[in-house]
Amino acid sequence: MTDKALSGITILDLTQGISGPYTTKLLADYGATVIKIEKPGVGDMARRIGPFPNDSPHLETSGMHLFLNTNKKSLTVNLQTNAGVKIIRELVATADVLVESYKPGTMDKFGLGYSDLKSINSKLSYISISNFGQTGPYKDYGLSEIVLYAMGGEMYSTGLEDESPLMLGPDMSLFQGGAVAAVASLGAIYGAELDGIGQHVDVSLMECLAGSIDRRMATALAYEYTGEITERKALSTVGYPLGVYPCADGYFELVGGVLRWNQVVQMLGSPPELLDPKWSTPEAMQDPDLKSEFEEIFFPWILEKTKQELWQLSQANNIQSAPLNNMEVVVADPYFKEQEYFTNISHPIAGDFLFPGAPWVMQETPWEIQTPAPQLGEHTGELLGNIGYTEDDLVRLREQNCI
Amino acid sequence: MSKLPLQGIRILDMTVVWAGPYAATLLADLGAEVIRIESIQTLAPTTRGIMARPPEILVQNLPPFIGGYPNRDGGERPWNRSPQFNSHGRNKLSMTVDLRTPKGKDIFNRLVAVSDIFIDNNVAETMEKLSIGYESMKSIKADIIAIRMPAYGDSGEYKRYRAFGVHMANALGHGLVRGYQDMDPSTNSGEFVVDAAAGAQAAAAAMMALIYRKRSGKGQLIELPSARATFAYLSRSFLEHTMTGRIPASLGNRDAIAIQGCYPCKGDDRWIAITISNDSEWTQFISALGNPDWAKASEFHDHLSRRQHHDALDEKISSWTQAQDHRDAMQILQSFGVTAGPVMDARDILSDPHLQERGFYVDATTPDTGTYRYPTAPFKLSGTPLAIRRGPVMLGQDNDYVYREVLGVSDEEFDTLVEEGHIGTEYVSGIK
Repeated sequence: MTDKALSGITILDLTQGISGPYTTKLLADYGATVIKIEKPGVGDMARRIGPFPNDSPHLETSGMHLFLNTNKKSLTVNLQTNAGVKIIRELVATADVLVESYKPGTMDKFGLGYSDLKSINSKLSYISISNFGQTGPYKDYGLSEIVLYAMGGEMYSTGLEDESPLMLGPDMSLFQGGAVAAVASLGAIYGAELDGIGQHVDVSLMECLAGSIDRRMATALAYEYTGEITERKALSTVGYPLGVYPCADGYFELVGGVLRWNQVVQMLGSPPELLDPKWSTPEAMQDPDLKSEFEEIFFPWILEKTKQELWQLSQANNIQSAPLNNMEVVVADPYFKEQEYFTNISHPIAGDFLFPGAPWVMQETPWEIQTPAPQLGEHTGELLGNIGYTEDDLVRLREQNCI
Repeated sequence: MSKLPLQGIRILDMTVVWAGPYAATLLADLGAEVIRIESIQTLAPTTRGIMARPPEILVQNLPPFIGGYPNRDGGERPWNRSPQFNSHGRNKLSMTVDLRTPKGKDIFNRLVAVSDIFIDNNVAETMEKLSIGYESMKSIKADIIAIRMPAYGDSGEYKRYRAFGVHMANALGHGLVRGYQDMDPSTNSGEFVVDAAAGAQAAAAAMMALIYRKRSGKGQLIELPSARATFAYLSRSFLEHTMTGRIPASLGNRDAIAIQGCYPCKGDDRWIAITISNDSEWTQFISALGNPDWAKASEFHDHLSRRQHHDALDEKISSWTQAQDHRDAMQILQSFGVTAGPVMDARDILSDPHLQERGFYVDATTPDTGTYRYPTAPFKLSGTPLAIRRGPVMLGQDNDYVYREVLGVSDEEFDTLVEEGHIGTEYVSGIK
């Protein structure tokens, strides 16, 4: 077996939905052994959110579940039974990490809080991922993608002046929370590897967004510095052209402005009207009349070009740019294909589909999908057998509705 | 435990703009010694502000998060006062060196020899021109971990393609799955989720490599293109296409399953986001509103029907929210178990009682800006509390420490390096 970055690290995963499972997916796909604890008969809520092949819902074929739970093993345990709690405590003894995303206080009620478990395994890194953190007035509040971006993120200034604030595409903030929680988890894991002492990590999704480089830190600091709020409007002030424009076969986005004016003129084939020195000053870039004059030349030019032509022309002139691709174009993009941005995963029930692939490439320690997302309780017998449960025990636990 | 997890790990940081610096910030929060390698001869645009000395018209007109220097005044050293940079500048060190010269290159190599991780997100040409790459670093420090963050990849056709985060997101399909439902995509405003996605995951990748190095003694090269790292975030839209053949379009503020929207509240430009996922949340929602008569109408009688009449329902919901303060509305709805939260502007979030109680913003001071509140690390460790150990780093602030203590440069050599333009705290005057 190839050595992976996290080979030898065992993680108990008591998360569900998107953020927590993305954290443990990152760890699993780079080699950690992840045991996913699910509720018997019900399982992770991601099993119900789809999308489903042919739009027919099935507990084993939800796209988000299949994507987020690769390389994990599924163990069904009822945490509301003593025998179920006992199983988790036995697993904790040999695990390195526990990640959970219950409402604050729930794990304590089960008898599985950090203080309950650190006496079993002092090296355990215990990661709690919650909506608002383990403390504070909002700790029991609910969260969704839009509410997360509204409260923690920069939704206020995203969108247009005369419209309501606008969220990002589906799940973007929940994934970001999962990625930041992976950073927190790995910090704790590395610390425990060094000195053998585990700790409790409190990850608040709201703070993952409030502390995000997606403008929120900067807009808050700008308010501290100036008392000004970053308004919701198209970012036009660094000059023109800037933003999304319609073109011959769709839409294209690029950045010109004061820093790239000469490149823009070159891209446009150096029309004589634009060679006048009046354009190349910061003041000109703020002048609405000159902007209109520029657009009279620019709009007809861009409307005649395709996205691909524009991408090549703008890149040849070192201008930051890209087409607005739809998912059909993304799947067909030869570069993304060649670089393996996506990968085929075969699942015994769902079948074969393309999924997003390795988020990064490590030269020595590969990212690999060894097993597709598990079926509900697929590894219950195997995992309990490993810690000494007999066939008879399993029968008894099933009868008690414990596994 | 009193030691931070990454204490003793030295990171050479040549990152620019936002994605790379954010990775370095998270690693610095966890205790790494992050040394920004900067230069007084070359300014990486859009990093310490969009220009070193922006003209007054830009300072006054740029949106606050870029042009919001303290009191809209760049001061003598605007590069130390930029909110764009200072928002992520905590807990880092800065040294300057002119890497275009042989002596600068020698200094760089001496730093590599005593470091654990190198990270950069420059375009490929920049690193090629400077002939800085993993193989040459490895010959100096065998177990170095190098993290490269190109836009799309360090090989193939898009290797030289330039992009900010929003461009990469568009190429991956995000531009057409966000935006107002019935409006032209050319009205899209900016977003920077790619920087956040790539930055956080680069920090994760760095620690995975550290864990592997501890076990094996080996360093390695990590290629983390920002676009690639963001692709997972688009999985739902991507899978909708690969699993159903449909081409997903933007839902605006709506959701594929729930009743959802962003509704106006009392006051100027105040809003609340609400998500009602199923019948039982609906019951809680209308209880919170005092079971109004309109909610008994047949078109709102079950979840499916409510989704079919989403527009009409939005009007009813708005008629309630419009009379509420956005924070009060959250408290009322959340107390009934309904997922809802105000759209917070910068003023709201800085005064948010929850974040205040958790100590999320704390004071930090630098000589060039004075004292202001800054965000802290986005997670808390029970054993090793994270803190802002120092405020946002100023250009060349740690030249003394890095040259004299880390590299053991003599006083005489130090003076020569100052004369030769390696060491300094101000961009040379030719730089805009």
